[in-house]
Amino acid sequence: MRHIPLEQPLIDLLDTRATLEEELLALQDAAATGEDVLARRQDVEARLGALGDEYTRLRDDLFSSLTPLDKVQLARHPDRPYALDYVSYLVSDWCELHGDRRFADDGAIIAGFGVFGGQQPIAVAGHQKGRNVAERKARNMGMPGPSGYRKAVRVMQLAGRLGHPVLTFIDTAGAACTPEAEELGISEALATSQLEMARLPVPVIATVIGEGGSGGAIALGVADHIIMLDYSYYSVISPEGCASIIWRDATRFGEAAEALRLSASDALSFGFCDEVLSEPPGGAHHDPAAMALRLEEAIGAALQRLQALTPAQLVEQRYEKFARMGRFLETA
Amino acid sequence: MSLKMPADQWVKCANCKELVYRKEFEKLLRVCPMCNHHQRLRASERIAMVADPGSFREHDATVISADPLGFPEYAEKLDSTRAVTGMNEAVVCGEATLEGYPVQLGVMDHHFRAGSMSAAVGEKVRRVFARGTDKRQAVLLFIASGGARVHEGLHGLMQMAKTSAAIARFQTSGRPYLVVLTDPSMAGVLASYASLGDVILAEPGAVIGFTGPRVMEQTVRVKLPPGHQTAEFQMDHGMVDMVIDRVKLRPTLRSLLRGMVGVLPRKGA
Repeated sequence: MRHIPLEQPLIDLLDTRATLEEELLALQDAAATGEDVLARRQDVEARLGALGDEYTRLRDDLFSSLTPLDKVQLARHPDRPYALDYVSYLVSDWCELHGDRRFADDGAIIAGFGVFGGQQPIAVAGHQKGRNVAERKARNMGMPGPSGYRKAVRVMQLAGRLGHPVLTFIDTAGAACTPEAEELGISEALATSQLEMARLPVPVIATVIGEGGSGGAIALGVADHIIMLDYSYYSVISPEGCASIIWRDATRFGEAAEALRLSASDALSFGFCDEVLSEPPGGAHHDPAAMALRLEEAIGAALQRLQALTPAQLVEQRYEKFARMGRFLETA
Repeated sequence: MSLKMPADQWVKCANCKELVYRKEFEKLLRVCPMCNHHQRLRASERIAMVADPGSFREHDATVISADPLGFPEYAEKLDSTRAVTGMNEAVVCGEATLEGYPVQLGVMDHHFRAGSMSAAVGEKVRRVFARGTDKRQAVLLFIASGGARVHEGLHGLMQMAKTSAAIARFQTSGRPYLVVLTDPSMAGVLASYASLGDVILAEPGAVIGFTGPRVMEQTVRVKLPPGHQTAEFQMDHGMVDMVIDRVKLRPTLRSLLRGMVGVLPRKGA
């Protein structure tokens, strides 16, 4: 299992447990040869028992006082469930579709059709990172270029035409920042994705499952219902980028993470998302199935509510929802 | 400058550093006669160049930034920017006529916090499109922006979706949205309303791109060729309809309005 610095004390406990378990096995072997190890065995067993309690206590302690930066790091955890992991739990008959029909297929975005909850046809579009070096390269670290967003738009528009809801999964550090992305019109692709999402005549539900990084995230985020997982973040810029722009000092990213108010609870308090789903103890990567189940319930409830609306009502309400976003002053 | 001369009579070109007689510079709409560098304009100067004289009526001048996050030093920066520029926000919006055509006009100004998009900027732009939709009038925007305003966090970012949704609705009005990309047109603004024009014009040499050149060079670790992310580059890659000299802008806008909205009856006819 890979881990982030936050989890180090827990990993140390697990290492201690492994050592004690080995000791216990050795003592069992010794007992088999007739040696009297009862006292030592009881001692190791007691320490093991205490360790289990200590692990739970330490984990709950760590996770009850997470800083915004901790949450950013959890959102980037290498073992965190990605879009296709949730698709595997939530969607049956999944068929991934490929290509923007113009130029290329972008691995950093997945899109396709399937069945949600055993009955409901749906389309999915989501960012997809890779688990290992080869996958990360193929998926450009989950940072899509224009082709990725044009593929997503193609599939979302098709869903609109067929009358099926759209689920998006947001998990990107940001859109591709390469010369090629510029040449192929990344700005136009991001803008068009938002414009087309704004007028989809079907329910749209977006879930921020990990990183909600800037324009690359909002381009899949123009939804009727916006869910954030507790250890995801949503931000105008990465904490590192913010620190280097504002203070010309990228090492102040912890401060930037605080100042940006990028956590799920902040987004909820400002109305940028509609609900925050708590995660299993230790984070979604400790129990992806449990996380997926919570997500399935939340999406199911939102779908039921949204499917009572007409296409015109959906588009109107979506416009009004985003028209209200962002606080400003208006003097008389 | 070591040479002492009346500062108000001469202007030094920001690009080629040549001295230009101010009266000539103004006559050329602040374009250098030596190198064709288009100087960045203030919103008020742009409006004076584009709108029919006396026709501009400002809207939403009282919509201003609220410092929604209590971001360190932001309130102070806003105060000093307002004092220095005499402006309330990075965009000036209103309605005007252009060669007799009523248009909803929005002009961004780079002098106000690099023209960055705050919640107030996004709201003002949304209202431009809302008025265009309601009154069935063409929308004309001038872009000059470094992107979303970092100090407002998601309050800034969400304006990308807000303005894009407003344009989706405006597209039912039967009127065109014309946009002019000026120096600079970047990031979150380019990746939303600036790229959604029915017709996209750009001023020569304007820097236009999603990722700033410095960030891109750090990320991909290659030196970008000169001219990357300019108006001419975007023209070559199919993102812009015309790269147009400032002196030709007004007649071009007039032709576009005639060709896309309709030919106005002649005065007195």
